[in-house]
Amino acid sequence: MFDLDKWQEIFNTIEKNKMRTFLTGFSVAWGIFMLIILQGAGVGLQKGTESQFRSSATNAIWIWNGQTSKAYKGSNSGRQIQMKNEDYDFLGTHIDGIDKISGRYNLWSGNIISYKKESGAYSIRGIHTDYQTVEMLTLVKGRFLNEHDQRYSRKCVLISKLVDEALFKHGEESVGKYVNINGVPFKVVGVFDDDDGRDDNMQVVYVALSAAQRVFGGGRNVNGIVVTVGDATAEEAIEIENEMKAKMAARHRFDPTDERALFFWNSVEEFTRFRKLFASISLFVWVIGIGTIIAGVVGVSNIMMIVVKDRTKEIGIRKALGATPRSIVSLVLQEAILITAFAGYIGLVLGVGLLELISDRIDTPFFRQPEVNITVAIGATALLVIAGALAGFIPAQRAASIKPIEALRDE
Amino acid sequence: MIKLNNIHKSYQTGNNSLHVLKGINLEVNAGEMVAVMGSSGSGKSTLLNIIGLLDVHDQGDYYLDGNLIKGMNETKAALLRNKFLGFVFQSFNLISFKNAVENVALPLYYQGVSRRKRNKIAMEYLDRVGLLPWADHLPNELSGGQKQRLAIARSLIGNPKVILADEPTGALDSVTSSEVMDLFQEINQSGITLIIVTHENDIAHKTQRIIKLHDGLIDTDHKNGRTKIETNAVFAI
Repeated sequence: MFDLDKWQEIFNTIEKNKMRTFLTGFSVAWGIFMLIILQGAGVGLQKGTESQFRSSATNAIWIWNGQTSKAYKGSNSGRQIQMKNEDYDFLGTHIDGIDKISGRYNLWSGNIISYKKESGAYSIRGIHTDYQTVEMLTLVKGRFLNEHDQRYSRKCVLISKLVDEALFKHGEESVGKYVNINGVPFKVVGVFDDDDGRDDNMQVVYVALSAAQRVFGGGRNVNGIVVTVGDATAEEAIEIENEMKAKMAARHRFDPTDERALFFWNSVEEFTRFRKLFASISLFVWVIGIGTIIAGVVGVSNIMMIVVKDRTKEIGIRKALGATPRSIVSLVLQEAILITAFAGYIGLVLGVGLLELISDRIDTPFFRQPEVNITVAIGATALLVIAGALAGFIPAQRAASIKPIEALRDE
Repeated sequence: MIKLNNIHKSYQTGNNSLHVLKGINLEVNAGEMVAVMGSSGSGKSTLLNIIGLLDVHDQGDYYLDGNLIKGMNETKAALLRNKFLGFVFQSFNLISFKNAVENVALPLYYQGVSRRKRNKIAMEYLDRVGLLPWADHLPNELSGGQKQRLAIARSLIGNPKVILADEPTGALDSVTSSEVMDLFQEINQSGITLIIVTHENDIAHKTQRIIKLHDGLIDTDHKNGRTKIETNAVFAI
């Protein structure tokens, strides 16, 4: 029931007791403000760390060619292990749990790519189509390399935004044009961006693996193979890695315990380790947040108790004039709820506002885009308001049950 | 209007029980103006608080305007206080953050009278006690006599049948005390019953009836200066 007269009485009381209202409100607003800042900082830390992994799929296992370090079945150590297209076909068909797979044939930097009068030295990567997903490339324009490019060894090239800007001056359209790569013309089919921001992933052009092998004399060799394992857990990923290791050891006749014959790098395992770190950070932030809330609740309760004590005489007067205990309790409580809710909202707005303000300015590797879960923030505010009301309720109830004569007694 | 039969009251302080009222028999008729006197500790304020429903008695019967007051809960007591009784205290007990009009109007808030209406009525009562020019002032901007007149206006606004005053002149000088007593007499003439607790003889003699308490019992009960009833004579030394 909305009782206008009662609200007028409450507003009147608030207006006449500005200092008390301010102190109560300030402690609530400060509690909420700090909570939001801490939560935001925690999220920022978490996002920053996670962004370190954004450059490539977090569920990938990478394999590179190596050299045996152990003698095995009559072969000496020091033998080069060279993976070929057949290894790619084999892994794709003989290992369960593989989601995407791609071979890589790399020509490291120093390859001259030119268009008209512009030219530059870049790396060339020959890849299968799945690689574009594994490396999490984003397409700026044109298209990605596709199955037909691979099957017919088409001389098509996907260039980075950086290469596009270096070769095609004055906004000239690059898609559909031919560039010279080490003297061989390739048709530009698309422009990509790799938002991990690392330069060596941008000084690159991609061509179909088959085209790279044919044009640049790679035969059937690949430098490496990468697979993704879908949403496998770290344990499953390690199992898949071990299975690949064992089967590759059998194919290439090296000791399965030889760590150097082929190099494996399992990002799932790594990612899981980091995820545990995120979980710890997140837990830490929550512990601080809950601590802040408790501090806020204690502060608000304390102030409410003092406020009620402060008003004992007023309550006694009101009772002598005919106020019922219920009207006293509801007067004190409604005032408490009004102040804490309003102050909580102010704290919420200020906290979120500050986060928004600094969010755009801060972009360091391990701290970026701090923000707060609005449900959590509102929940915390509500909790504080309820706590304040409860904290006010008990002394208000006591004050209302005090005989007016005791409240009015001159100290 | 007020009828007390054998009222007892004791206060518990730790293990000690302090027997303050030891069997009070008293009848106050409508329209009377009564002074209750006695040395400190004689129980006069306790008696007033029980009559004013601010405190509860342990034993005996109390009738207020024909209603037996017994086992009353706080809510009902509050309603009766609001409807029947007005209070005036030695220390005024005004709400310090409310101005004169708001203080006077407060009893009407608890009667559910709308803000505009009760403030208008409060202005009339302020006029009646001569405080209209101070309507917007806070209590601490007023003199002691003005504060007490303000408190009296507040006690009148709810249209009570009985006004209970606990040492109303205790904090005032003799000139303002006399003004306040004149105001009380004027109020009494309008038909309102008045019970005034005091220890000052000249204040008591401005009433129609003086009840003297001694050690929790009524010692003497004079009317117009003559002994009306001698109660508990056996205890008088």
